[in-house]
Amino acid sequence: MSMIVTAPGSREGLAQVGAPAVKKDAAALLEGKPVFTDDLAPADALVVKILHSPHAFAKIRSIDTSRALKVPGVVAVYTYRDVPRRRFTLAGQSYPEASPYDRLILDEVVRYVGDEVAIVAAEDADAADRALRLIRVDYELMEPVLDFTEAIDNPSVIHAEDDYHVNGAWIRNDRMRNIVSSGLSEHGDLDAAFAASDVVLERTYHTLADAQAMMETFRAFTEIDAYGRLTVTSSTQVPFHVRRMVAGALDIPQARVRVVKPRIGGGFGAKQSGCVEIFTAFVTVMTGRPSKIVYTREETLTASNSRHEMQMRVRIGARRDGTILALDLHTLSNQGAYGEHGPTTVGLSGHKSLPLYNRVLASRFSFDVVYTNTMPAGAYRGYGATQGLFAVESAVNELADELRMDPCEIRLKNLVREGEVMPQYYDNTLYSCSAATCLTRAMEMIGWEGKELRRDMGDRVRGLGVALSMQGSAIAGIDIASVDLRLEESGFYTLSIGATDMGTGCDTVLAQFAAEALGCDLDRIVVHGVDTDVSPFDTGSYASASTYLTGMAVVKAAEQLIARLRAEAARLLGADARDVSFEGDVLRAYPAGVLGDDGALPPEFSAIDDDVEAIARPYRLVRVAPEAEPVGEISLRELADRLVAGGDGDCLTAHAAASSPTSPPPFMSGIAEVDVDKATGEVTVVDYVSVVDCGTVVNANLARVQAEGGIAQGIGMALTEDVQYDGRGRMRTRSFMTYKVPTRLDIPQVRVEFAPSYEPTGPFGAKSIGEVVINTPSPAIASAVAHATGNYVRTLPITPEKALYGE
Amino acid sequence: MSASTLDVKVTLNGRKVAARVPADQPLYDFVRAHGCKSVKCACETTNCGLCTVWLDGRAVLSCAVPMARADGHAITTLEGLREQSADFARCMAEEGAEQCGFCSPGLIMNVLAYEREVVASGAMPSDEELDRRLSGNLCRCSGYMGQRRALKRYLAARLEAAARPDAAKEA
Repeated sequence: MSMIVTAPGSREGLAQVGAPAVKKDAAALLEGKPVFTDDLAPADALVVKILHSPHAFAKIRSIDTSRALKVPGVVAVYTYRDVPRRRFTLAGQSYPEASPYDRLILDEVVRYVGDEVAIVAAEDADAADRALRLIRVDYELMEPVLDFTEAIDNPSVIHAEDDYHVNGAWIRNDRMRNIVSSGLSEHGDLDAAFAASDVVLERTYHTLADAQAMMETFRAFTEIDAYGRLTVTSSTQVPFHVRRMVAGALDIPQARVRVVKPRIGGGFGAKQSGCVEIFTAFVTVMTGRPSKIVYTREETLTASNSRHEMQMRVRIGARRDGTILALDLHTLSNQGAYGEHGPTTVGLSGHKSLPLYNRVLASRFSFDVVYTNTMPAGAYRGYGATQGLFAVESAVNELADELRMDPCEIRLKNLVREGEVMPQYYDNTLYSCSAATCLTRAMEMIGWEGKELRRDMGDRVRGLGVALSMQGSAIAGIDIASVDLRLEESGFYTLSIGATDMGTGCDTVLAQFAAEALGCDLDRIVVHGVDTDVSPFDTGSYASASTYLTGMAVVKAAEQLIARLRAEAARLLGADARDVSFEGDVLRAYPAGVLGDDGALPPEFSAIDDDVEAIARPYRLVRVAPEAEPVGEISLRELADRLVAGGDGDCLTAHAAASSPTSPPPFMSGIAEVDVDKATGEVTVVDYVSVVDCGTVVNANLARVQAEGGIAQGIGMALTEDVQYDGRGRMRTRSFMTYKVPTRLDIPQVRVEFAPSYEPTGPFGAKSIGEVVINTPSPAIASAVAHATGNYVRTLPITPEKALYGE
Repeated sequence: MSASTLDVKVTLNGRKVAARVPADQPLYDFVRAHGCKSVKCACETTNCGLCTVWLDGRAVLSCAVPMARADGHAITTLEGLREQSADFARCMAEEGAEQCGFCSPGLIMNVLAYEREVVASGAMPSDEELDRRLSGNLCRCSGYMGQRRALKRYLAARLEAAARPDAAKEA
């Protein structure tokens, strides 16, 4: 009876899952211990700095590095002539990556203002800075493509190089037309569905290339270790993918590269792409010396990656009673100069927005992703869903206004429900969903029924707006998470993971799963991650994967370990393993038959299942001993000690991997109450309420902070984060002076609650929370401002000018 | 880049330190070079608050203080306040409000400096006052609500302890 089995009804009995456990690294972080990348770099590391292109599109005629090399302390200056001619992508994705191989460490052609032109390595920062100023570059300027609506078939072709490579034809790449990827997904008879509609709205929405703006900028250091291997310590979400990209870029075997992830000062997707690792790795390989690189905020804002700017045209058709019949979405996505995450982010703009209104008669989602000479886009929390939901949720809000319907009512009428098959979600079945409860509870929280959508407050107008959101939990069929779980002397456990805690708390959440399954305190689970030489493979922490997928691997490993513990205890007690019960601190042998047939079942979680029904089979954790008197017992501690004491002992280790054929969507509602100042147009979000369905809440505190943090980022996206370029392609918003992330004063009140559904394929019923929480503020606030002022702002951010005067 | 140097003497976390530094060195570089790695930087434009340290007990942005100005003064970083910061750190941890933790040391330095004023005033500031006073400390993870909960819990305990000196221990 040691199968780990949970069900909705048993959630109340859980001891560790759901607890507001303190993060395992909290003490170190709050004491300011040196646990981040730059704190750990060797004191003698060379300082690496980059010369960035001042031009949006140019070919390098010549580079003169001779004066730079004469600066005392400068060790090396590298240009495109020095680097391997082997194209790669910086996208942190499973191999073969969906992103084109369109980069070199340094290229003869520069494709945006900020593109890398030369690498300087020096003994100190001053010398490196002086050298940067002494490099002379002669550029042959080319006509850049700066407007992404004019990219397709533009006379300027951004990637004309011969050695450009695409891994899969499915992305439908046509780079000579500046098309990274295009696609189409249709279901039903769209023309008929629109013909049956009483009202058809067509609107175009536009979101910008927002910066992830994690507090810790990009940084890495590299050294050659005792075995002659290249060790990269990097602030990354994807250590295993960085291993591949560094090896690929440097044209060395992956076996020579080791990647270590220390504590990370936030990622939000930015660090799902490689950035600075290749430069410092190249310097270390060339010089044999340790080296480090720390990007400034300006470099991070102008020369790394951002959210994909998207222009989305939505056509929505409905009956007069508010039944939505047809949805048509076209997304044009601005990739910028290099193709990271282009074909995949755009997919989410449709596949994670349209399924909210799953019962439409017909829907179509089409897209183009285009190269331009602006900073490359990459991954940012929400990953396309954020953009698509701004468009689709705004369109639904505009439809409700057009029909003079309550925007909550129109949603409750059309919302996807549990059990439906979702044609625009890869035909997956929705096993868990409490989206409707998320909405009705949020309405109660804000007092929806008693409030007008527009209220005159004298010098301000107050507006109400609502939106819903969904996301996924890991990439179905592609992401893999694996863990090692080991019983150690004295009876504690070591949990080795490849998932990358970037401040989110997944180390702690995964330990909670292990503690729950093993019936012990959280302190008895030691977590370690990530070192690619030691940690079990994990695709990394992105796509809202870690709680759901790595969590599942933890549950499977625990089940295997328990089976082995029972077998070892049975051997020592002279019993049959079927008659031995694992009860956390003690294993007890009972007379034959007492434990029933369940005890005979081998661990079922040993393989990667590709069948949802198999994953979702009921399982429960039995901790209560049967009433019968045991015939023998051994404490876990004694068992652990005896297993490391020679003879036929063995320090018991279980390894398990998880992958999922489905990506269960979490849901979230958001209602914004905003004040618009009649004189200045300033928009203040005076209250924001949100209810989240992330399945089982694994850590009450961390889930809440994830939601509050995502909402704050969403408010920044909606109101203040305004990416601007000048006419020559130079980004204007290159510091926190001009790129305004929210301060405390911009977030007066956010209130979050949970409406947990139970996901049968997830660990203890859990789905994900990391990304779904960023998606509602933009459409909810845009609608609230429209209700307050009559101006529907369809291009973010909603600046005071737009709020007051319209676009 | 300047070749000129400056000889400075400061008290760093209670320890006297004499050093020859580049004349234009900011206090931020100095404290990190002297092992105070809790001090972080997230901008170059005095917007983020992560580099907050105390200069003679007053919270300052170390990136904006040249060593010439710090010379002769007492500098305190979180490394020097381990005991004093423990209670607020616990409140933060119990809310999960540190998240990535990169901005936590700067916030803690500002909060502990602010705490003295709050205790002297004897009254809990409004949410708006708390937000205004700490608005220079950016955080991208938490959305600030958890930090506010932690701070209010902490200040309430401090105010209570100040009102009942005999009960200070249990707070």
